[in-house]
Amino acid sequence: MLQNPSELSTEEEARPPRPARVPLTVAVTGLNAGDSPGPGVAVIRALLESPDYAVRVVGLCYEALEPGAYIPGLIGEVYQLPYPTAGTAPLLERLRYIHEREGLHVIIPNFDAELHNFIRLAPELRALGIHTFLPTEAQLHERDKPNLGLFGSIHGFRIPPTRPVYHAHELPAIGAELGWPLVVKGKFYEATIAHSPAQAEQAFHQLQARWGLPVLAQQFVTGQEINLAGLADGHGRAVSLVPMRKLSITDKGKAWAGITLEDDSLLDLGRRFAASTGWRGGFELEVIRTPADELLILEINPRFPAWIYLTAAAGQNQPAALLRLALGLPVEPQTGYAVGKMFVRYAWDAITDYTAFQQLAAFGEAAGAPPAHLPSNRAV
Amino acid sequence: MKLKLKTSIATSENGFIFNPATGDSFVANPLAAEILLLLKENQASADIKTTILARYDVSAARLEADWDDLVAQLREFNLLDYSPELKPEPPLAP
Repeated sequence: MLQNPSELSTEEEARPPRPARVPLTVAVTGLNAGDSPGPGVAVIRALLESPDYAVRVVGLCYEALEPGAYIPGLIGEVYQLPYPTAGTAPLLERLRYIHEREGLHVIIPNFDAELHNFIRLAPELRALGIHTFLPTEAQLHERDKPNLGLFGSIHGFRIPPTRPVYHAHELPAIGAELGWPLVVKGKFYEATIAHSPAQAEQAFHQLQARWGLPVLAQQFVTGQEINLAGLADGHGRAVSLVPMRKLSITDKGKAWAGITLEDDSLLDLGRRFAASTGWRGGFELEVIRTPADELLILEINPRFPAWIYLTAAAGQNQPAALLRLALGLPVEPQTGYAVGKMFVRYAWDAITDYTAFQQLAAFGEAAGAPPAHLPSNRAV
Repeated sequence: MKLKLKTSIATSENGFIFNPATGDSFVANPLAAEILLLLKENQASADIKTTILARYDVSAARLEADWDDLVAQLREFNLLDYSPELKPEPPLAP
């Protein structure tokens, strides 16, 4: 319903003035936003709604065509980073260069594959005046897919039996042991449900080529898949937990629509995870609820998921809370969120000029696209 | 027998049902929607049936058959809160 403009202005006047937000420059990775999106764009969107900080975002990308670099109004500047395989020295050198120009206060890395480097560099970054809030190397290693079974035994979580696979010829025996179908997973990303040894071997070769060894073979468990986005303070406390069920997925199994759930057992699982591991930073638990009402953890992602903006929309802005933790400020555990809050993802063609792409591809840095003035379909 | 919807289940007059614990949603036909709203008001099954028989041209036998179908679906979709008298009977000892 359209409101009378005079009513709107009266409401604006009646509202108490909002305290000025502190300017803060935050660098964010994970700007790929295709059909298997990184979390960067959603993290940025949540940061821009921080109640505490007027965030200016510096985008960090690996490839010149990462869509987040071209979305209007999202980032101030964008810089390319060396690939994670280059190691920590080139990354530190590059971050120093960016910091000299942008004056970074916080960096939020969003890719599993880059986390090792950022964790190792955290002390050097801190010495430069750049804050991070990341898990420890031990925490990162412990929940790694090949170690997940042991992780479950140590911390008392149920995990579907999982085997590391180094040679395709191991798969028939693993299938015979765990049963068919078998879930064949890449070391970092992607998974395929294989119904036969031939399908499993084909998936093995594809995932090995893409993500390296080992490939993981996990027992297929039927049930309802649920994801839990969380933020933990590193002292055993979950600061925020929001469960979501995927309502629509892509052929890669990525959520394309989802809805927040009300479920105390999931929140309890997240609290136990934070308490037992002392987790530090954002995380996502990929969980399956069996018909017998058991909760099994399929994967633990050591960073925010791509649907993280839903937490902000539901009332718990996890990326904004992470900023406070990174800066050493107190954060009280957030309770309550909107149940039944949904997201529906969509594809949108961001239009740019070839010069913007050329600038980023040739020089490794460019200005972000200014906010767009979109045509409105409203009559008033 | 006390038939009760789970307290968290959201229903609307147009028949949309949402289970916030699972994210499942359903669309009920107008009569089922009416019954669900009465259940949400904690009305007893017998009272609801009396209301339906008075309001619609339907035989008691037909209503009973349709009622059983509705309850079976509500149970299948995990929308019922099992009060003690609705809990399944324990298996007989051998």
